[in-house]
Amino acid sequence: MGITLSDSAAKHVAGFIAKRGKGIGIRLGVRTSGCSGMAYKLEFVDEPEEGDLVFESHGLKVVVDPKSLPYIEGTELDFVREGLNEGFRFRNPNVKNECGCGESFNV
Amino acid sequence: MALLHIAEPGMSAEPHKHRLAAGIDLGTTNSLVATVRNGIAVCLPDEQGRTMVPSVVRYRTDGSIEVGQSAVRAHATDPKNTILSVKRLMGRGLRDVAHVEAMPYDFMDSDGMVRLRTVQGVKSPVEVSAEILRVLAARAEASLGGELTGVVITVPAYFDDAQRQATKDAATLAGLNVLRLLNEPTAAAVAYGLDNAAEGVYAVFDLGGGTFDLSILKLSRGIFEVLATNGDSALGGDDFDHRIFCWVLDRANIAPHSREDGRRLLMKAREAKELLTVCEEVPIKASLQSGEEVNLVLTRDEFAHITEHLVRKTLAPMRKVLRDAGLAPEDVKGVVMVGGATRMPHVQRAVAEFFDQEPLNNLDPDKVVALGAAIQANVLVGNRKDEDDWLLLDVIPLSLGLETMGGLVEKVIPRNATLPIARAQEFTTYKDGQTAMAFHVVQGERELVSDCRSLARFELRGIPPMVAGAARIRVTFQVDADGLLSVAAREMSSGVEASVLVKPSYGLSEHEIAEMLRQGMDHAGDDMTARALAEQRVEAGRVLEAIEQALAKDGELLDARERMQIDQSMAALRATLDGADHHAIRQAIDTLSRATDEFASRRMDKSIRGALAGRNINEIEV
Repeated sequence: MGITLSDSAAKHVAGFIAKRGKGIGIRLGVRTSGCSGMAYKLEFVDEPEEGDLVFESHGLKVVVDPKSLPYIEGTELDFVREGLNEGFRFRNPNVKNECGCGESFNV
Repeated sequence: MALLHIAEPGMSAEPHKHRLAAGIDLGTTNSLVATVRNGIAVCLPDEQGRTMVPSVVRYRTDGSIEVGQSAVRAHATDPKNTILSVKRLMGRGLRDVAHVEAMPYDFMDSDGMVRLRTVQGVKSPVEVSAEILRVLAARAEASLGGELTGVVITVPAYFDDAQRQATKDAATLAGLNVLRLLNEPTAAAVAYGLDNAAEGVYAVFDLGGGTFDLSILKLSRGIFEVLATNGDSALGGDDFDHRIFCWVLDRANIAPHSREDGRRLLMKAREAKELLTVCEEVPIKASLQSGEEVNLVLTRDEFAHITEHLVRKTLAPMRKVLRDAGLAPEDVKGVVMVGGATRMPHVQRAVAEFFDQEPLNNLDPDKVVALGAAIQANVLVGNRKDEDDWLLLDVIPLSLGLETMGGLVEKVIPRNATLPIARAQEFTTYKDGQTAMAFHVVQGERELVSDCRSLARFELRGIPPMVAGAARIRVTFQVDADGLLSVAAREMSSGVEASVLVKPSYGLSEHEIAEMLRQGMDHAGDDMTARALAEQRVEAGRVLEAIEQALAKDGELLDARERMQIDQSMAALRATLDGADHHAIRQAIDTLSRATDEFASRRMDKSIRGALAGRNINEIEV
């Protein structure tokens, strides 16, 4: 279990961190908000906070705060392209339903 | 489902509150749109992976509108309805447009901006630009998966109020919210992160398809000021293509050629130019309709040789822009390269030699302006914190200043300063015991008040009597975001104040602004002389008055011969004041001040003796 990155996500994350010029990895998390109760958080990490859990995937550090973990345990972060748009998608086994736009969800 | 991007730490947006922003480089030849994703600025490509959109709009008989590549192809067959380089027409009347006769359009002169008759009716340049913006915005919205909150559009640093307003109007017409118009050289500097760098002066060398712009920027406290601009509106990468084209005709001994052959050869020339950036030599091969065969090899050295005069054309503007900014090449801390034509190695070399440093060229020169605009847009919609100085809007089209002694203008807020802005400057009294001061607020680029526009006058009274030069009067110019100017004067020791509110652009039409700018550039040399002359006259008046007062008070300290010498020098100085030679006045002032050196030191001794007389040594504090 834990949190993993797909090959494509790992490649892009590594590229973005390199171009940004700093950062030790990325943070995945959730917070309560949005039309379906919770929303994902996806941020660069410059330094982990106390209590953070750190996973390794494809040699990259994936940081999760302990409160978020139960909601996203087992998630694989993927990078997809849809027409001109491209970006990250959480493949989260815990999700029961999402709002229409997919920006928020509940478990 | 919406796709996510990596945010800066702590900056994840609330769901449905993503603020999408884009930067748009609305160029003369090509336009681009860029955005910041995953913390990095990127240009957004179309389905074919092309980031550049040719700035060409075609109005078709069936009522549809083509923009970009497909419109370019129609240019040859439908020139009247296919609008190229519309940027040259923005905010311009027919009289202001250079080379109207060379353009194939059906122009219509009107009171304000020039208009074009097309198969879909009369179109203004604003409407044509709006079509380009619509295409760019649609691409951004498709790529970002949402509606744009706002955009930053770049404009040349030399764009005046009218051209800027026209650009803004085009954006409004395209349904875009303009967060800010950003000067192109500033955008390029932002893309290189120079705004985070140390303060200093930077040069931006922009050689595009058909225009050459050179700007000198000064960075202080995170704000870029445009110190000077120069360039050549008829020099660009296309001229280099044309040189190769001529070289091919000459070497292959072909001419005259059909239109199609010409087009084909010009394309080959362009390819060769681009390849020479990476290769030492390239073959140029073509089979022409006329049955002739072209089979040549162009080396990098030969290319440099045949285009040497074009590269040399960039040198004069470089020298001039530095002179206008009052700088030497070694004062420039960094040189930013913009425009595809700056990829040519011999252009790079010429710039490196001129500034004696390697130019910044690791970003794609075609994209750098759009990338900078995207970074600025991202900040302005609030996707990054820790920015405070960034929310500056708009610029002053013409400098604002005060009249000083001798009819000279002291500029307080320079042209192109970003709004809102406040600048303070200290002035002082000219005469002993002066208790009032008149302020005359003017706008313009010229050195003499008579050549600038008068905006307002006001007086500051109740200055405590002091010797000339002792009073400290702080004059503050403040221009708010709507362009309203207020000027306040305050005498620092007594606190007396006076102020006035003016609207700076009131009464200045676009045409007048353009005219004043042009004159400012044309007369830079005359103005410097006029300024020097006026300054020396003021200085002479001050020196003469001071010596007259001293003679009246302490004349007995001089013997007859010494007195005569001083009188003669004073007469000599007065005689030079009627002439127009500021060097002669300066010399006469120097002679007079040497003649009075001895007198001055005797007066000093006398006043010290006077101060000490009759006092016990212990009373004098050390």
